[in-house]
Amino acid sequence: MRPLRPFFAALAIVAIHVLPAQAIEIKEVKSKGGITAWLVEDHTNPLIAMQFSFSGGAVNDAAGKEGTANFITAMMDEGAGDLDSAAFQAKRDELAMKMSFDASFDRFQGSFQTLANRRDASFALLKLALAKPHFAQEPLDRVRDQLLVGARRKEEEPDTISSRAWMAKAFADHPYARETDGTVKSIATITAEDLKAMHKQLFSRKGLKVAVVGDIDEATLARLLDETFGDLPDTDPPKAAPMFHVDGKPMTEVIDRDIPQSIITFGTDGMLRADPDFIPAYVASFVLGGGGFGSRLTEEVREKRGLTYGVSIGLYSFDHAGLVFGQLGTRNEKAGEALGVVKDTMRKFAEEGPTAAELAETKTYLTGSYALRFDSNSKIARQLLAIQEDNLGIDYINRRNDMIDAVTLDQAKVQARRISEPDKLIVTVVGKPEGIKSDGQ
Amino acid sequence: MSFKRRGLYAAFAGVFLLAVFVRPLPAAQPLAETFTLNNGMQVVVIPDHRAPVVTHMVWYRVGSADEPQGKAGIAHFLEHLMFKGTTKYPPGAFNRIIRQNGGEDNAFTSKDYTAYFQRIAKERLGLVMDLEADRMQNLVLKDENVLPELKVVEEERRERIDNDPSSLLSEQIDAMLYLAHPYRKPVIGWMPEVNRLTRDDAIAFYKAHYTPANAILVVAGDVTPDEVRKLAEEHYGKLANTFDVTARMRTEEPEPIAPRRVTLTDARAASPVVQRAYLSVSYATAAKGEAEALDVLAELLGGGATSRLYRKLVVEKRLASYAGAWYSGDGLNSGIFGVYGSPVPGGAVEPVEAEIDAILEDIKANGITEDELARTKATLIADTVYARDNQGTLARAFGSALTTGMTVADVLAWPDRIQAVTLEDVKAAAAKTFDDRRSVTGVLLPAAGAPAGGGEPTDPTPSNSTQQ
Repeated sequence: MRPLRPFFAALAIVAIHVLPAQAIEIKEVKSKGGITAWLVEDHTNPLIAMQFSFSGGAVNDAAGKEGTANFITAMMDEGAGDLDSAAFQAKRDELAMKMSFDASFDRFQGSFQTLANRRDASFALLKLALAKPHFAQEPLDRVRDQLLVGARRKEEEPDTISSRAWMAKAFADHPYARETDGTVKSIATITAEDLKAMHKQLFSRKGLKVAVVGDIDEATLARLLDETFGDLPDTDPPKAAPMFHVDGKPMTEVIDRDIPQSIITFGTDGMLRADPDFIPAYVASFVLGGGGFGSRLTEEVREKRGLTYGVSIGLYSFDHAGLVFGQLGTRNEKAGEALGVVKDTMRKFAEEGPTAAELAETKTYLTGSYALRFDSNSKIARQLLAIQEDNLGIDYINRRNDMIDAVTLDQAKVQARRISEPDKLIVTVVGKPEGIKSDGQ
Repeated sequence: MSFKRRGLYAAFAGVFLLAVFVRPLPAAQPLAETFTLNNGMQVVVIPDHRAPVVTHMVWYRVGSADEPQGKAGIAHFLEHLMFKGTTKYPPGAFNRIIRQNGGEDNAFTSKDYTAYFQRIAKERLGLVMDLEADRMQNLVLKDENVLPELKVVEEERRERIDNDPSSLLSEQIDAMLYLAHPYRKPVIGWMPEVNRLTRDDAIAFYKAHYTPANAILVVAGDVTPDEVRKLAEEHYGKLANTFDVTARMRTEEPEPIAPRRVTLTDARAASPVVQRAYLSVSYATAAKGEAEALDVLAELLGGGATSRLYRKLVVEKRLASYAGAWYSGDGLNSGIFGVYGSPVPGGAVEPVEAEIDAILEDIKANGITEDELARTKATLIADTVYARDNQGTLARAFGSALTTGMTVADVLAWPDRIQAVTLEDVKAAAAKTFDDRRSVTGVLLPAAGAPAGGGEPTDPTPSNSTQQ
């Protein structure tokens, strides 16, 4: 790292007490029907954003039917209630309502936006999609074709190939090794009955979490929560994935592709979001490889040596496994050198940990930039949903910066050793890398 | 499961597309105010008091289309080098100071503009202005910083273009659509020219284009126009211009006389795609109402699942998995209207292309319906309301417009001008635009023997811009 010059002294380490909480009041709204949502009222613009999720997702896809939950995400605007596909989409456009869905391993998430003056009609259309989707054969066949071509395309994308190979190696038979989007083979076998069965499992009030931000008041939201979600069954969410720890045995796999730039994915076991040391580990991971400029990996691999356009490493937490996961792209001739620099940087970081200056600088960045996550309705709603999903508590936004500030150098050093394990890396490379070979070659 | 590299690239993956989808704002309330400093630097302020943060952007009226012959990529390379230190701050200091103050920053380059931005707590607005004003005039470049950064840019090109066949096809289409105009070059540059860019090239380009009168300051967020004026005068107002800014002179594109076609066969292509680009007018070059009509036309032809192309090709005839249209009207010298489709698995591109042609011919001959026009206008205008939720989106909309020949008033009046589009305007715009002679058709084919199937183009709109 470049030593701190005197002029930094004046600017450095000025705590910025811009807590987003100053501007954000979160209300917990409970409907008569017992549905809870977190609400931030903001009447600046005539817009309402809602984020919601159901427990369960791609881990609940049946074996051989990977991609079922993802298939549902693509069918949500293809007909519901008394509206066929074309009529539903025409209605949505007429209302200028926006909705989209995403199935991750552990959750089925929905994102919804409406203009305030079309509020009730837009919520009613969303309700139809959630409660009474058709999964009719015509749109289903068409959507299947789209999913198939999407799957084929992903099978050719270098970073996807690299990440997927990594997940397959790390998770072996665990559901997290699966393709959330499905494969060409599995997508071909999914039927309307599969979608209906999965829909019934996933869309339950018990697994529902809701965050709403914008031009709406408590009473109106309480009413709309019941109207929108109240008809969903109160059944238990589907079974979660078993806990899993990634093996500490280093592995390397090269996937040969004729491309000019090798994509290198590297990582190890990490930690759950609920881990008591998550915050100090997060701070340490940021010093090593987070947030772009200034991290050790960016300095060593990009700034000093020009080996990549982007390199990072970070903590990824699923409900039942955690990862330390990184990626970089570099010209084939330099692949071995770049991976060597990554490992050396990680080794040094594990041994020494962050410096006091790095820790202080990272804390001011992380605390100061937290407010940037709260400058639009949609972004606030995403934050509120994530905080609920991770069970961090409704006061988390107020506490979060204090927790970052409280991280000590000793704690950060301990966590640096824990997250930076170059000798345990699972490495997958796509391309024609020089200086990297698959195990056993 | 797919991870994205965080930071440098992934965090800003959406930025450059927004330049294409400029959806300016309703004039219902004064969303933006503008004034000009004594040295000619224009300022735009977009107050948004919902969170105590600001987006601070400096836009230069210079892009890859302004590069000297043989120096393709220098505008973008300079953008990278602007982080490499000044007489006041050593290399690396810029990013570090922003980081230490809890801010985020980045930059991007297009064919017509180069922009630098920070998102930061409002109390730090003066600090980022100080840094940005300093590097407008005091850049210091040394080979020890320049040479590794050139390698970084080469990696950026490999990652975004050379590793991706659909990006390669878009690059080929641009190079054929423009015979003479510098829009034919990719923003990031052709590799043989990028390889040879030097420190001196960067300094010469910097000295020729970076001065207050050639820059626009856009500040969105928790500030008032008065606060911005005071700070802007203090930090930018004191800068003297180092040269006279003159109109941008670029090689004029001759009137096209023949349709062109390019087929890229690539083993890495998962499935075939056909894309057509028509050389068209832009907001800066169009007659009154013409560009607005093209925005309406693009939305109703290919804006989503209820659009004509999608309904006909994907739903009714089941020829394509995806089909759509787009209009890029924010070029200083011209625009592009694009259509695309990708066959269903096992299908061929020929019937897809033929059906697209039939739909375009039909619109030329018969126009569109009153109902389509009303629905499309409503969609476009609703999008401008949604755009108000994001200060970054607003700041980019104004910056992009002002560097490509539009004014703040133009942006504010955009919904009214969309509302004024008539059936005849759309029909006339279609007739003028959908002329074979103005077109390049690009086909991406998987290598012979590869499994056939349709494919969603990664990014059917031109990736017109690239960032640090």
